[in-house]
Amino acid sequence: MAVASTGAAARERPTRGRSLGSFSWDRATPFLLIAPSIILIALFVYGFIGYTAFVSTTKWYGIVPDYTSAGLTQYTDLFGLPRFQADIQNTIQFTVLFLAGCILLGFGAAVLLDQHVRGTILFQNIFLFPLAIAFVVTGTVWRWILNPNFGINLLLEQLHLNFLESPWLADTRTALYGLVIAAVWQMSGFCMAMFLAGLRAIPDELREAARVDGASEGRIFLRLILPLMRPITLSAVIILGHISLKIFDLVVVMTFGGPGYATDMPSLYMWVAVFRQNLYGRGAAIAIVLLLMVALLIVPYLIWSLRQETER
Amino acid sequence: MSTASQAAGRRAFRPTRLLTYALLLVIAVFYLLPIYVMAVTALKSFIDVSHTTPWQFPSAPSLEAFGNAFSTLAPSFYNSVLLVVPATILSALLGSLNGYVLSKWRFRGADLVFTLLLFGMFIPYQSILLPLVLVLQKIQLYGGIPGLILTHVVYGIPITTLIFRNYYAAVPTELIEAARIDGASVLGVYRRILLPISMPGFVVVLIWQFTSIWNEFLFAVTLTLPDQWPITVALNGLAGSLLAHYEIQMAGALLTALPPLVIYVVLGRYFIRGLLAGALKG
Repeated sequence: MAVASTGAAARERPTRGRSLGSFSWDRATPFLLIAPSIILIALFVYGFIGYTAFVSTTKWYGIVPDYTSAGLTQYTDLFGLPRFQADIQNTIQFTVLFLAGCILLGFGAAVLLDQHVRGTILFQNIFLFPLAIAFVVTGTVWRWILNPNFGINLLLEQLHLNFLESPWLADTRTALYGLVIAAVWQMSGFCMAMFLAGLRAIPDELREAARVDGASEGRIFLRLILPLMRPITLSAVIILGHISLKIFDLVVVMTFGGPGYATDMPSLYMWVAVFRQNLYGRGAAIAIVLLLMVALLIVPYLIWSLRQETER
Repeated sequence: MSTASQAAGRRAFRPTRLLTYALLLVIAVFYLLPIYVMAVTALKSFIDVSHTTPWQFPSAPSLEAFGNAFSTLAPSFYNSVLLVVPATILSALLGSLNGYVLSKWRFRGADLVFTLLLFGMFIPYQSILLPLVLVLQKIQLYGGIPGLILTHVVYGIPITTLIFRNYYAAVPTELIEAARIDGASVLGVYRRILLPISMPGFVVVLIWQFTSIWNEFLFAVTLTLPDQWPITVALNGLAGSLLAHYEIQMAGALLTALPPLVIYVVLGRYFIRGLLAGALKG
């Protein structure tokens, strides 16, 4: 094992030390420890993405691999398909509504909880527990609640709120809203937790100072608190946005894309194309489009977070 | 804190206070509604699940639905346990070692490696699903729990590494250097200094992985055959095979939700830490 005095030096410039001296097991240990993970990720993430990208440029259809090049025709065909056009429209509409719902409800709940109310912990736990539950469970329950005949509609009738009744999952015009409600129920607590942490990090002195300067509570909220929430909102948009683009479980359980293609999503169509229809080339192309959408959102965020970290 | 709440108390006048509580209660009802539905329906017998009184308490509460759901779901519940326990432990160990290296042995290019690793946490798994199936078939791991364990361990590397890296970053470097001067090897430092103080980090990672893997659906439905189905896939199957039996579906949903919920109730604090780590806010 290493000579005692080399410890600190080895830590600072391990590569140089290695190239100068003879091979040392101790200096190689960190690399050996992390090598399996790096190899696994290189293969299972980057290698696999590469293979999927390759398949998306082939004609492969049917069980037996067919690597005849198709150029980019899988992609051009894809964007001409009514089903995929519906998917793109659905995924955008779903994402916008889901984000709006989570942020409004999450921020609202956080502001209310920040008022030093009694039972804060209890309320907090009630808002957060859905995050621990599987999407499949959420979907099973909400499919029942949003059943037009004896779910929430019946309850609304009993409460004389008939104007809120809707065919929900049974109708092409409203099914997507049903999905949004279930997804917001599941994920809005995440926004609440982030906003609450942000609100609590605002020093009381800051609000006091604004009050001393004669600012009204409304002005303090609009001019001081809201701007401070901007970076948290951005994080929430990116994290929830990428979850929303990938949404799969909830759709499978609640609607399986129906009625028609009213709630179909790229994530689901990819799965159906590959594992039900044996359209391997097409499924791979959908997967790559989905990956690019997610990467567009995540890569700048990753770089930004890590840069912030090194600045700290 | 106390001055703040006093100030808040003085400022607030009754109507806004009342409104605050009223709004909080309304939101709480929205979150609790599905739990109410699950519980009430699961406690009914098949005849009691009428189409006119679905929101009312069961006229004669019975555990019949739970019994039925359990006998249907028990094999997949067991599959899930067989999956979750080894996958969680293995990925926590890997994450701990990676986090140690990436926080305390920062080699050249370590940040790039870390970024590339992290990206793996955000990808839509559809983009790797086809080659994954082909590889698992090739190495004879397709269709069963061992292949699913491997999958979850591999794709769990980014998040577990992230949590441990942030956790170990708080350990002073002087401590490590002192141990090195005393002649400790790289593994010795890990075993004698970091491992003994790793407990909170392990709790966060174990809970996070346990919950995520238990709840996971896409890998499970793609990579396992029916007799090896984890519980989420089996629950989804109930809707097909027992379409009209809402009481059994709801009891099954409760059974599926139970293990993560128990963990949340007992160790919620750590669960939330894992959640926020996913937003890179370690």
